[in-house]
Amino acid sequence: MRDFVNPMIKSIPPSGIRRFFDIAAEMEDVISLGVGEPDFDTPWNVREEGIYSLERGKTTYTANAGLKQLRDEIQHYTTRKYGMDYDPAHEILITVGGSEAIDIGLRAILEPGDEVLIPEPSFVSYKPCTILAGGVPVPVAMKEENEFKLMREDLEAAVTPRSKVLIFPFPNNPTGSIMTKDEMGDIARFVVEHDLFVMSDEIYAELTYSEDPHVSIATLEGMRERTLVINGFSKAFSMTGWRLGYAMGPESLLKEMTKIHQFAIMCAPTTSQYAAIEAMRNCDVAVEEMRREYNRRRRLVVNGFRSLGFDCSEPYGAFYVFPSIKKFGMTSEEFCKALLEAQRVAVVPGSAFGDSGEGFIRVSYAYSQEDLKKAIAKIGAFVDTLK
Amino acid sequence: MREEILDVLEKNSRATITDLAVMLAQPEEEIAKEISAMEKEKIICGYHTLINWDKTNTERVVALIEVRVTPQRDEGFDSIAKRIYRYKEVTSVYLMSGAFDLTVIIEGRTMKEVALFVGQKLAVLDSVISTSTHFVLKKYKDHGLVLDEEKKDERMIVSP
Repeated sequence: MRDFVNPMIKSIPPSGIRRFFDIAAEMEDVISLGVGEPDFDTPWNVREEGIYSLERGKTTYTANAGLKQLRDEIQHYTTRKYGMDYDPAHEILITVGGSEAIDIGLRAILEPGDEVLIPEPSFVSYKPCTILAGGVPVPVAMKEENEFKLMREDLEAAVTPRSKVLIFPFPNNPTGSIMTKDEMGDIARFVVEHDLFVMSDEIYAELTYSEDPHVSIATLEGMRERTLVINGFSKAFSMTGWRLGYAMGPESLLKEMTKIHQFAIMCAPTTSQYAAIEAMRNCDVAVEEMRREYNRRRRLVVNGFRSLGFDCSEPYGAFYVFPSIKKFGMTSEEFCKALLEAQRVAVVPGSAFGDSGEGFIRVSYAYSQEDLKKAIAKIGAFVDTLK
Repeated sequence: MREEILDVLEKNSRATITDLAVMLAQPEEEIAKEISAMEKEKIICGYHTLINWDKTNTERVVALIEVRVTPQRDEGFDSIAKRIYRYKEVTSVYLMSGAFDLTVIIEGRTMKEVALFVGQKLAVLDSVISTSTHFVLKKYKDHGLVLDEEKKDERMIVSP
């Protein structure tokens, strides 16, 4: 019999996180600081709306692009929060999480051989989705000395005539770095000069901890027509399991993305869409409370790692800190394995997020203060044995 | 800063000055100063522990009593409220809008004890017109906390 499986797919390595998960999952009593999702439950009013929609028998497909009412709410929300203005009828698409938007966005843009500039360390899906869409991923290393921000000079070195898309992943998973409006200006000018298209993954937009609120690169001059904004409900509203995100961008692109979505997915989950309407309308207080709590934990964890002697740049977004483990003379995977075996604490090797993540670990603070303190104490005990 | 301190302490009165200082990004001395100022000003009135007595062997009965009273000249409801809240059996007293005047919460060891207190001490006060006693049968949620809920972290150990 022939091997029916596509060798191109086989050549894509599984996520480094998956590999680590397999090791950790077999152990008992593991304290994990390894997850990329909130620990809070979805606010009850949102869950209640989901339940109510089921009671009313709202169990059919919705329009391919998503409930019109939800798209309207997204327009209001993104206008009042980020000063954006997208037409709900033609420029907003409801997707199955931000992940689907990344996938179909790249599929709708890339032609075979097109290059995608992917700043790293970053979320694990950009690279494989680029390959699956026939593109060529070109990693752009973000550096610790730049607080893991994207620098124009790093892009200059990576751009070629085949470059078509720049992934713009801020606030960043795994480093927690953010980009200010000024810093984005540099990148925006570069993008326009090289006639690139930007895929701005803003899934952590609500979770920033500096004085200034999140700014979308799409709102900078000349960027709206060349940016796809990706956002969703998972992180801000603690709705990971509902699988709901959205994409906003120029109609010419959204039209084609909606076509792929229509054939591949049909529509995002209906129950989730009804619940999400409530999230858009009535969750400002709940979101702010969660953000404040994350901020306290963030300071607790950064302070904890620094007191243990780790070099740890200040993360201003998402819910991760990204301390350096270079001084211990191990790779990040070795460090994480040893920590797991010695103290039963799970954190994620930075190398899972790209080669430039080597030498770091990703620590999630989507855990209670109590668990965070316990875990940090154990990490302290572990590094004591390394001295 | 006060609001932030209170926000943390309301949920966890055991939070240390050190932790507060780290979490709120303020110097320890400032936090300590604000807390003791708020204690003096009676903004912070105590540091209690939320106990689910149902899970212990201690017998406890809680009753909520609706009390209608005659307000007094110059004093309004304050002096009658004072006469009621002085009793150590009374854990809370609130002045209400609506069909009755005072909510009085009483704790005792047995229903009989509570009933006797209402009959002998509360109902007989001059300004008290009537009382209506409601015993608490089960506490589901108290101080924002669901009492008998076991939360298990069902997330995967590691995820992107």
